[in-house]
Amino acid sequence: MFEYLPAVALIAGYLWAVSASGRRGRPWPLIRTLSWSAGALLTAVNMTAVNMTAVNTSAVNTSAVNTSAVNTSAINPGGGTFTAHMTDHLLLGMLAPLLLVAGAPVTLLLRALPAPRARTLSRILRSAPARTLTHPVTAAVLNAGGLWLLYLTPLYPLTQATPWVHAAVHAHVLAAGYLFTAALIGTDPAPHRPSFPTRAAALAGFLGAHAVLAKWLYAHPPQGVGPADAEAAAHLMYYGGELIDLVLIVLFCRAWYAAAAPDQRTRAAPDLRTRAAPDLRTRAAPDLRTRAAPDQRTRMITPLRGSAGMRRSEMSRS
Amino acid sequence: MKAATRTVVSGALLGLGIATFVDETIFHQLLHWHHFYDRAGSTAGLVSDGVLHGISWFATVAALFMLADLRRRGEFVARRWWGAVLAGAGAFQLYDGTVQHKLFRLHQIRYDVEIAPYDWVWNIVAIMLLAAGLAMLLRSPRNAGDRDAGPREAGPGQSRAGDAGPWATGSRRSRAGDAGV
Repeated sequence: MFEYLPAVALIAGYLWAVSASGRRGRPWPLIRTLSWSAGALLTAVNMTAVNMTAVNTSAVNTSAVNTSAVNTSAINPGGGTFTAHMTDHLLLGMLAPLLLVAGAPVTLLLRALPAPRARTLSRILRSAPARTLTHPVTAAVLNAGGLWLLYLTPLYPLTQATPWVHAAVHAHVLAAGYLFTAALIGTDPAPHRPSFPTRAAALAGFLGAHAVLAKWLYAHPPQGVGPADAEAAAHLMYYGGELIDLVLIVLFCRAWYAAAAPDQRTRAAPDLRTRAAPDLRTRAAPDLRTRAAPDQRTRMITPLRGSAGMRRSEMSRS
Repeated sequence: MKAATRTVVSGALLGLGIATFVDETIFHQLLHWHHFYDRAGSTAGLVSDGVLHGISWFATVAALFMLADLRRRGEFVARRWWGAVLAGAGAFQLYDGTVQHKLFRLHQIRYDVEIAPYDWVWNIVAIMLLAAGLAMLLRSPRNAGDRDAGPREAGPGQSRAGDAGPWATGSRRSRAGDAGV
């Protein structure tokens, strides 16, 4: 049951924040709660699968000891375990982060906390270490770099042999995936969010690194992985990763499209109650300042009221 | 970035996206002529192919959003954009056919056949696409209206009859839709 603990903690904490926010008269969109819960559950289901994989692997290994001279950390060739691992990687490192980021947990937390604590939180988020950590290039390196280390060093066989290494690697995959997704398409407050070209370069770099790694693994699998298993896993990583990345790409481009709208300068602060806050920069895109807007939108946007909104605009000003 | 440049970037990115999509769908998945990786190529080829394939969906989606942006600003020049699409597709195919297939020997167009005719057809088609695209680009107006970046009114009078293409009246329609969002 331990594998469900993270999911239970994530969902319980989120529900507490939703109710705290509700008590302050700020209702929270149900879709965000659902998205967060789905993402949290995905980590649990995934952890279960991983544990079962680990159990199967050890069982296979003990029975295989007599017949072949594989070392103790080797995985049975053709056992499909590397492919199963790759499914976990796609779900945990790519799909779960998408769902969790859509839950906008930082926005929720800022609403739920009392004002002094929320100010402390926003100060932490503004700090230099936090800014470095959440920079898209840092996040892309942590995300893709972690995968390269995992598959091209003896780390992968080690995760199959040692449960706590396995758990640590999976926590890293989830956290790095979250940071990367949030840096690219997050709607949570992010002071000093880098420009779209910087974020696009980080995304392109990650996509390239992911595809190159998939092709590399096809011919150079980690220690102990058989050829058939490696080829299936590489195909899955290459095409499955592409499918999830496509969602990320569309959301990213949609956010750019909204932020690059010609009437950006006339827009009020983003409304926290809708999803229409792709970017927190209050400045227009550079080329917009030299170009008059060809049309003016007639839409009125309600200005923000309430403590969380104040804090949010406070953050994006500095 | 000027509108004239953004038009070319959008078209070229879509051209790259279409060429990689055709390559993947027809030659890898349907015909099974190409191999995922035939283990004969160099590491450079692997990196080149992985990066191009990895960013191909990004190029496609970004190109379409850029196209939508050009159109909502009334800056779309159809002939210039289509020229860039053809040139982008041709340039990628030529790179694929020369550098990736021949220099890096990543994979071949087809296996167990005399490969030379396939290579010639592949690269001649690429050069024709590239040449047609560049010819269209050179013969297209740079901007939808005046070259000045000043404010422009939306209207059919601003775009020249020849370059608006099949979407000649789309400009005003998209603005009306945009304002209602």
